[in-house]
Amino acid sequence: MNAPAKKMTWFQALRERYAHPNALSKIGVLGMNRRNVSYISRYNPRHLFPLVDDKLKTKELALEAGLKVPNLIGVISEQHAVKNLSAILQRCSSGFCIKPAHGSGGKGILIITRQSEEGYRKSNGQIATIADLERHVSNILAGLFSLGGRTDVAIIEDLIHFDDCFSGFSYEGVPDTRVIVFRGFPVMAMMRLSTADSNGKANLHQGAVGVGLNIGDGRALRAVQFDKPILLHPDTGLNMMTLKVPHWEEVLNLAVSCYEMSGLGYLGTDIVLDRFKGPMLLELNARPGLTIQIANGKGLLPRLRHIESLSHKKKMSAVDRVAYTREHFTDHY
Amino acid sequence: MASRTPFYILVSLLFFAGLALTLHRHIAFDIPWFPGEQRQTWSIEAKVDFEANGEPVTASLAIPNTQPGFTQLNQQTASPGYGLSFVEGKGGTYAQWSIRQANGNQSLYYKVDMLLDPFAIPAEQEPVANVKPHVEKEPYATAAQMILDRATERSSSHYTLARELIHEFNNQEQTAELLVQVKPKTIWIAQLLQEAGVPARRIHALYLEDGRRRQSLIEYIQVFDGENYEVFNPETGEQGQAQNMLLWQYHSGPVLEVVGAINAQVTFSMISQEQPFNIALNQKFADNEWLNFSLYTLPLEEQAIFKGILLIPVGVLIVVLMRILIGIKTSGTFMPVLIAMAFIQTSLTTGLIGFLLIVGVGLMIRSYLSYLNLLLVARISAVIIMVIGMIAFFSIVAYKFGLTEGMKITFFPMIILAWTIERMSILWEEEGAKQVMIQGGGSLLVAILAYLAMNLDWIRHLTFNFMGIQLILMAITLVAGSYTGYRLLELKRFKPLTKLDKS
Repeated sequence: MNAPAKKMTWFQALRERYAHPNALSKIGVLGMNRRNVSYISRYNPRHLFPLVDDKLKTKELALEAGLKVPNLIGVISEQHAVKNLSAILQRCSSGFCIKPAHGSGGKGILIITRQSEEGYRKSNGQIATIADLERHVSNILAGLFSLGGRTDVAIIEDLIHFDDCFSGFSYEGVPDTRVIVFRGFPVMAMMRLSTADSNGKANLHQGAVGVGLNIGDGRALRAVQFDKPILLHPDTGLNMMTLKVPHWEEVLNLAVSCYEMSGLGYLGTDIVLDRFKGPMLLELNARPGLTIQIANGKGLLPRLRHIESLSHKKKMSAVDRVAYTREHFTDHY
Repeated sequence: MASRTPFYILVSLLFFAGLALTLHRHIAFDIPWFPGEQRQTWSIEAKVDFEANGEPVTASLAIPNTQPGFTQLNQQTASPGYGLSFVEGKGGTYAQWSIRQANGNQSLYYKVDMLLDPFAIPAEQEPVANVKPHVEKEPYATAAQMILDRATERSSSHYTLARELIHEFNNQEQTAELLVQVKPKTIWIAQLLQEAGVPARRIHALYLEDGRRRQSLIEYIQVFDGENYEVFNPETGEQGQAQNMLLWQYHSGPVLEVVGAINAQVTFSMISQEQPFNIALNQKFADNEWLNFSLYTLPLEEQAIFKGILLIPVGVLIVVLMRILIGIKTSGTFMPVLIAMAFIQTSLTTGLIGFLLIVGVGLMIRSYLSYLNLLLVARISAVIIMVIGMIAFFSIVAYKFGLTEGMKITFFPMIILAWTIERMSILWEEEGAKQVMIQGGGSLLVAILAYLAMNLDWIRHLTFNFMGIQLILMAITLVAGSYTGYRLLELKRFKPLTKLDKS
């Protein structure tokens, strides 16, 4: 008598933890396989990948297109040039950031908030010496942080002075906005906020908070950490629902112009808001992740299919496309 | 969207081509679906005895070849002091022994293994040479003509003529007795058939019965009708060849010819054996059958290499399925396959312990290397040297403690291990120990699954014997590559979304 009951609970536990595929497809959740086969390989021509995989190239491209990007301080591309680092750093007075051109997932990004007599102050308050920085650059050059371990280039750029409206929402790191742009239409957006759990990194699987944003007005829809909904920021206790991204129209316009610039049909754009300069393009991603769906609490597929069903004939301008999505994809709550 | 039809046509072409090839090999070459099937082989030993009297002796024994129903495997001789060669003559193949001087009773042995093989590929049958008509002396010519006429009257074809001729020899006893005085009945029958324009010859056959000794050959009449032939029993006129009847000499030549000795005779003994089919096949294809595209034609060592190579697609397919259907993260896409190949060499437990030992200790030493601030290539090289050192160390330690199993640690691919250590170590620094456990555990899980699949006797058997399987694996891989459904782990990952919907 006991056996069937036990079996039942086992089965129930399974149902508790795993979703039925039909349930997911009803919501329109985009899976990894479908993303790769039906979107990335269909809309992103392979030869355009290097443009977005190399942050230096993306930067040049963005400058050509007249988009705002963080100011480039210097580039170190050879091991013997590492000793010039301190000379390069003389050029900037305040904070800066060192990152690998081919880094993925925020790996190898070192943020120095202030440089003074005593050394370089990292975002977590520790003081680094010039030797530490040189070691980091040399690691970047050796390919420690890049895909497949190939040799890389170190980029040094101005620190972003992130907008005051985010203070309290982010712990240490710079909050950035990810907008998925599909064939030039912004389809979904989220904000990534670093926490103590994520060590100041904006990676969701490391414990950063993902906040789904209403594509219509840039307001928070819901927030998740470790794929679980939360209401308050785990470190600062601020109500996440009060978050609203300023200059939302500008953010969307910037994201959409990345489509024209890169030619990639299915694109993830990472945008930061600078206190002085407004929205700036941080980097592009040709293989944007799927967690944005969890942060938004909805699947990407209905919106992607909506865009796919639009007529190809009439070309919409960037502004029209933003207006179109704001009209059609706004969440009402 | 481009039409998917060409893709599905390609996949189904691959699939059905693979299936057809596989079925063809099963049906045409009798390769079983399961390993460990047995095939019956006969070991037949011919013993040639003669009395030598000090003169040079040459002994020629006709030996059988592959023929319908039997495939010749290997042959051996035992004849101390004699020179031996195999001679291809007009009357078939001969084993020819020779010696300058021999005295007394001599015994020479020839042993042949014949595989009972319904799919034997015999050498081209030699047509019966047209014998010049013998002009027989009277009264034999008339007597023979009488029998032939009578048989011709009552027959309609080559085969029926042969049968009637044998019956006439039995019916007309007196005439038959008269003829047999000159030469044996079988020679007469063959000769008369030839005279009547029917290709026929006298052959020598052996009945195979397990464990029989001192058997001798039995004479039969082989009658041709175009490409086909039938065998007739010269005593009863019975037509047909029993399954256990081996034709020993079927080229119109003598069975045994001994020059320089007397009282020569040959006797046969035989035993039946069951052999695993692959050993039998190995021997069957050992002679270059270039028409027959098979791995069995390769030398044994290369066969062993191919056995391993042909298993890789199975391991690769496991990786593909694990990633696409389940969504398991592994460190290094095909690293698990290489680890699985090492497990095959070492056995699973030894392999697992060895792998964890090397990677574990490697990670510890590597964490020190990261303080040295080295360039990447140099650091990897250092890790490789370190891995080699560890393997040597563990081998010696294992040997000292009498654990010979531990020596197998050397089968691990060292470069791959070094990269694994390097990747894991970076993963540890960047993402923490948990990710190392997840990816390392995922890799090991996939490696173990790949090992279990690749180590299955049945799968080894199929991949090695049926090339078509490779095409089928290819088709499955292609289909998996266009799968757009959810991965199993995504069902768990996106579970919160379904709950949201309900509330």
